[in-house]
Amino acid sequence: MEKPVATVRSAAGISTGMLSIWWLLASEIVIFGGLLGAYIMHRIGHPEWAEYASHTNTWFGTLNTVILLSSSLSAVLAHHAAEQGDGKKAAKLLYMTVGGAVGFLVVKSIEWTIEIQHGYTITANSFWSFYYVAAGIHGGHVIVGALFMLWVAGLAKKNKELQRVEMVGVYWHFVDLVWIFLFPLLYIAK
Amino acid sequence: MAAHKQNFFMKYLWSTDHKIIAMQYLFTGMFMALVGGFLAYAFRMQLAFPGTDIPLFGVVSPGEYNALVTNHGTIMIFWVAMPVLVAALGNYLIPLMVGCDDMVFPRLNRLSYQVFLVSAIIILASFFVPGGAFGGAWTAYPPLSTTAEFSLTPFGSPLWVLAVALEFVAFLMGGINFITTAMNSRAPGMKMFDVPIVVWFIVLASILFMGSVGPLIAGAIMLLFDQLVGTGYFNPGVGGDPILYQHLFWFFGHPEVYVVLLPALGIVAEVITVFSRKKLFAYKIVLYTAIATGVLSFFVWAHHQFVAGIDPRMANVFTVTTVLISIPIAEMLFVYIATLYGGSIRLTTPMLWALAFLAEFLLGGVTGIFLGASGADVYFHDTYFVLAHFHYTFFPIAIISVFAAVTFWFPKMFGRLMNETLGKVHFWITVVCFNGIFLPLFLLGTWGQHRRIYNYEHFPELAGQDMQQLRVFATMCLVVMLCAQAIFLFNFFWSMFKGKKAGKNPWKANTLEWTVPSPPPHGNFAKLPVCYRGPYEYSHPDREEDYWPQDEPASETT
Repeated sequence: MEKPVATVRSAAGISTGMLSIWWLLASEIVIFGGLLGAYIMHRIGHPEWAEYASHTNTWFGTLNTVILLSSSLSAVLAHHAAEQGDGKKAAKLLYMTVGGAVGFLVVKSIEWTIEIQHGYTITANSFWSFYYVAAGIHGGHVIVGALFMLWVAGLAKKNKELQRVEMVGVYWHFVDLVWIFLFPLLYIAK
Repeated sequence: MAAHKQNFFMKYLWSTDHKIIAMQYLFTGMFMALVGGFLAYAFRMQLAFPGTDIPLFGVVSPGEYNALVTNHGTIMIFWVAMPVLVAALGNYLIPLMVGCDDMVFPRLNRLSYQVFLVSAIIILASFFVPGGAFGGAWTAYPPLSTTAEFSLTPFGSPLWVLAVALEFVAFLMGGINFITTAMNSRAPGMKMFDVPIVVWFIVLASILFMGSVGPLIAGAIMLLFDQLVGTGYFNPGVGGDPILYQHLFWFFGHPEVYVVLLPALGIVAEVITVFSRKKLFAYKIVLYTAIATGVLSFFVWAHHQFVAGIDPRMANVFTVTTVLISIPIAEMLFVYIATLYGGSIRLTTPMLWALAFLAEFLLGGVTGIFLGASGADVYFHDTYFVLAHFHYTFFPIAIISVFAAVTFWFPKMFGRLMNETLGKVHFWITVVCFNGIFLPLFLLGTWGQHRRIYNYEHFPELAGQDMQQLRVFATMCLVVMLCAQAIFLFNFFWSMFKGKKAGKNPWKANTLEWTVPSPPPHGNFAKLPVCYRGPYEYSHPDREEDYWPQDEPASETT
């Protein structure tokens, strides 16, 4: 399908794709904002949650933080390569970021398996409900982000739509940023 | 952009053309309005003639009654007001009015409609599952909504949440499209203050929607987990909090009023400027007022919860913000009346609808002040006064302004004019009956008639003859009003094929959509327009013609 003229105009002085990504992130921020706001209110109202929270595994959380943050580095480098017009290199770097996403999900799966085996399931109490849903929605974003990166990398390999490398990169940084809020809230504040 | 042959399926059901998608939203919305109207008919008949066999429905059981009122509200807001006001008009008008060939993301646009259609099918299907459709009111407060033990609708409740959540997703996709198109794809020369007010307002509405719906999406996920997995977010027995849901719901629910109000106000602005042949009074003030209203609308939500056990000090704060928000809205009404003042007013059908909007919405706004003040609200809460109040806001928004829009843009959409006589007959019956329905309900509310009651015969102090007569009167008005919609439907479909040809610009309007053939071809403009001036240059003293299209270069005149 040909792009309509509307898509290539930029009366606001910013590309249409980037503009839409920023609006997408704006709408995502309020989703996580509502969820985390509710969590924080509950956490303050329930001192006993500190005891529940002490059973989360900080080491797994830290490992995942390291994996996720380093995966953003290759996303930035991919953007740099795309700006130079080197689609092949951008694609390779994006695949590395996807690798980070997979690593993150593997660690998460192991962590959750251990927790569930110890009886800390989603219905154990409200803390664990929030824990699984907040991290689960974030995990969903990791999966979606990885799928989009695969798609964009496939196009970039053929030097097509290189501007999209930056867009998935911005989205990926957002996924990181959400984790940076989740990590202290769920793992460190004990 | 040449016209190319496509089969029916590709052209009308799988199209990425913004005008076709707008029609899909419009027709789906009209169909859902008929469904919502039928639900209202069934439960109003039950209230007027409790326990009788209702024609076309049968005897209403208590569970069915709850499902009817719940889904009437849900459908009218999420499957009628939203798709018609925001999605259908946004899709149709934004690309044409800002002078480009399509939305910026045509395929995302198509996906948005498809997700919306799935959500509509789910909400309709929920009537036919074991246990019936959800009946815990359109607000779906826990604990009624969380456990089947209370709601008695083990399948209806999760389907309701799922349908509403999908509808939100559809409108988020649509909203990103609207905002980005209006921001980025304006015709060369079209500056911020040259954008027609209706486009501005649909964009502001989309921004409000995006800014407010997030917490409720989170809330919907929590509610689904409470229903299906057995978590206890809203269950105080295991450390949850039912009031949390109310906050998440109304943090969205109140801005939502402005999400649908703003496009309606935008439509009225377009219609009254064209039919009073005058410039919109104080364009910039209208715009800034709308932005202020939008911002303020995020700080009023807890006025829905004055009796829910919130801190009374908090109730004071929300009383102040709520009463404050009536100032910008009142100002907007004054501005529109100022636009009419001294104009050469033409009472066409769309103009009648626009004027009726101002009058009826005024009543809705004024009665809102009583409910915004926490002291009065404690008495009025959950009575028919509240119900009549929000119908006096939502009916003008979702019905009256939509009729103004449809009758105004019909010639552009289908290339033919609607019949004026039939239009006026339909207008007068609808508006008179609307007041006949809801004025008695204000009275009943002040007399203490509570909402969501299946049969008032069970409550001796509410079962008196005087009250029952008002209920019967309201119901009769509703039946007449619903029947009168047949006039509109006949006029709509008859005019679509047999109406008088409209030509490009039957109303002599300025905005860019009137510069293209009716209906506009695929790609809209043969040559993409350049914009030279604002949208409301009517009766300019330097010109012979009393209108001045936005795309007409200044040199060609005088």
